Amino acid sequence: MAEPASVSTAAAPKGAAASTSSPAIHTVDLTKRFGSTVALAGLSMTVPRGEIFGFLGPNGAGKTTSVKLLLGLLKPTSGEAWLLGEKIGDLNTRRRIGYLPELFRYQSWLDAREVLAVHCELAPLPRSTWKDEIRLALDTVGLSERADDRVSTFSKGMQQRLGLAAALVGKPELVFLDEPTSALDPVGRHDVREIIRGLSARGTAVFLNSHLLSEVEQVCDRVAVVDHGRVIASGTMDELLSGTAVKVRVSGLDAAARTKLASFGPLDDEGDQLTFTKLDIERVPELVSAIVGLGGRVYEVSPRHQTLEDRFLELLHEEDT
Amino acid sequence: MPPVLVFARLTVQEAARRRLLLALLVLTLIVVGFSAWGFDKIATTPRSDGTLPSNAQVILVSSQVLIFIVFVYSGVLALSAAVVAGPLISNEVESGLLLSMLARPVRRSEVVIGKWLGLAVLVAIYAAGSAFLELAAVDWATGYIPPHPITLVIYIGLEGLALLSLGLLLSTRLSGITGGVIALVSWLMAWIGGIVGDIGAGLQNSALESVGTVSHLLLPTDGLWRGAVNAMEPDVVLAQLRAAGTFARANPFASLDPPPTPFLVWVVVWFGLMLTLSIWSFRTREI
Repeated sequence: MAEPASVSTAAAPKGAAASTSSPAIHTVDLTKRFGSTVALAGLSMTVPRGEIFGFLGPNGAGKTTSVKLLLGLLKPTSGEAWLLGEKIGDLNTRRRIGYLPELFRYQSWLDAREVLAVHCELAPLPRSTWKDEIRLALDTVGLSERADDRVSTFSKGMQQRLGLAAALVGKPELVFLDEPTSALDPVGRHDVREIIRGLSARGTAVFLNSHLLSEVEQVCDRVAVVDHGRVIASGTMDELLSGTAVKVRVSGLDAAARTKLASFGPLDDEGDQLTFTKLDIERVPELVSAIVGLGGRVYEVSPRHQTLEDRFLELLHEEDT
Repeated sequence: MPPVLVFARLTVQEAARRRLLLALLVLTLIVVGFSAWGFDKIATTPRSDGTLPSNAQVILVSSQVLIFIVFVYSGVLALSAAVVAGPLISNEVESGLLLSMLARPVRRSEVVIGKWLGLAVLVAIYAAGSAFLELAAVDWATGYIPPHPITLVIYIGLEGLALLSLGLLLSTRLSGITGGVIALVSWLMAWIGGIVGDIGAGLQNSALESVGTVSHLLLPTDGLWRGAVNAMEPDVVLAQLRAAGTFARANPFASLDPPPTPFLVWVVVWFGLMLTLSIWSFRTREI
């Protein structure tokens, strides 16, 4: 059953055009179909200003479709949405929005500084501010030393950093980041998390599309989990991760025996390592005894707080069943 | 700078930095060099009786050879326009290059018009530059200059622009390679359609003649080419062609009359339609 990511039945924020009190994003039953395929089924959510909002889901869940709908690159089949108080598709609102696409590509025949100048020009920003905007954006993403190098000489990770820099020019009030660390190494991912926190600190709302759950868990204020075009859960991290997960290292359990453990809730089966993604800690002795009864040998049992990955797998398991 | 001009500038900049302009310049200089040598031979090589050809003979031969060379130039221009315009939008959509720019306050019509404008500038520069070099070389070698050189350049440039407009329209929906091939084949078909129409006129066969008319309406490149040919024909050749009667019309390298005014009006309308269709097609495309 789809549920809203936040308040979904509230009236659309009409007339809140220039108001900073209007939410960064507000959608009501936003739906997109491609022929008979439902890419997004009735997305209703509100993302307040300054919030880091994680949008999670497996590949093909409808995450990128949602971003493209909000940016006006796709037209919704039905439903409505507002960005910064204005209906989606409004040209003036786009002055206040930054976007790093999942499929990031920039003019290979330009250098990094020129690419950002094009974005300053299209934003459009006053020419007198370009130099500072470009310097600041390049500094932020760590590309200052490559500012005058052609994009064709950049690695994929550097191109993604450049894309992030392009999304930051003009100090946007809302930034869409679609898988912003897909090409980055661990240092780069750390840097991006810091940049996202910095954006939030200055009041910029960040809509983070990702399937890298640990990343989302570390940086987001709230998340929504989407699957098959529907939001299947949403809330703050505390609201979502209230359960306990139990990891068990075992041997000697065949497929039939593992199936019989279904009564202990959703199971992430990785061979010798089984993770029961939502299991009350009081049931651990019962679980161990069941495994032994099925002929298994238990080497380790470690209960822990549920991670976002545990919760994510649990939600997808519930959806499948 | 308005977004239209930003996209136009980027298109020209890309062609320059990817060395497309340099490649065209070098190839043009090579062709001009060879043709200058060839035209010089027309004027300076003695005939079998040991005498040099008369000035009238040199002009007659030079004018016909020049028409053929300009035909090749127009082919290169049409081919280049089709190949460059075919992937102009589709490749940038497929690669994701346009995504971050379309999220800016930019209308899709501005992208289409800007790219068309940028390529139009390149076509105009190439048409004018290569024609100037070639005509200068012919003038140096033989002293011959076609009767209406400016008109010639305009018709050749418009032919390139027509292919560019068709390629750009196809690029809003089809992949670069598909759009480029369709544009190129269309150019050839339009040329053949024009020849069929000429044959129809020669045989006074209205069915065949209408093939030429329809092809000129669908894609006016052949009609524009006939305008270029007419601008290059010396009066003496035109007089001979008129004397030869209707059969003289059945020749893609000859044109007795300049394109009629209704056709030229249609060309203007056709360009407007192509741009309007391109804008509508790209505006309604989901990216």
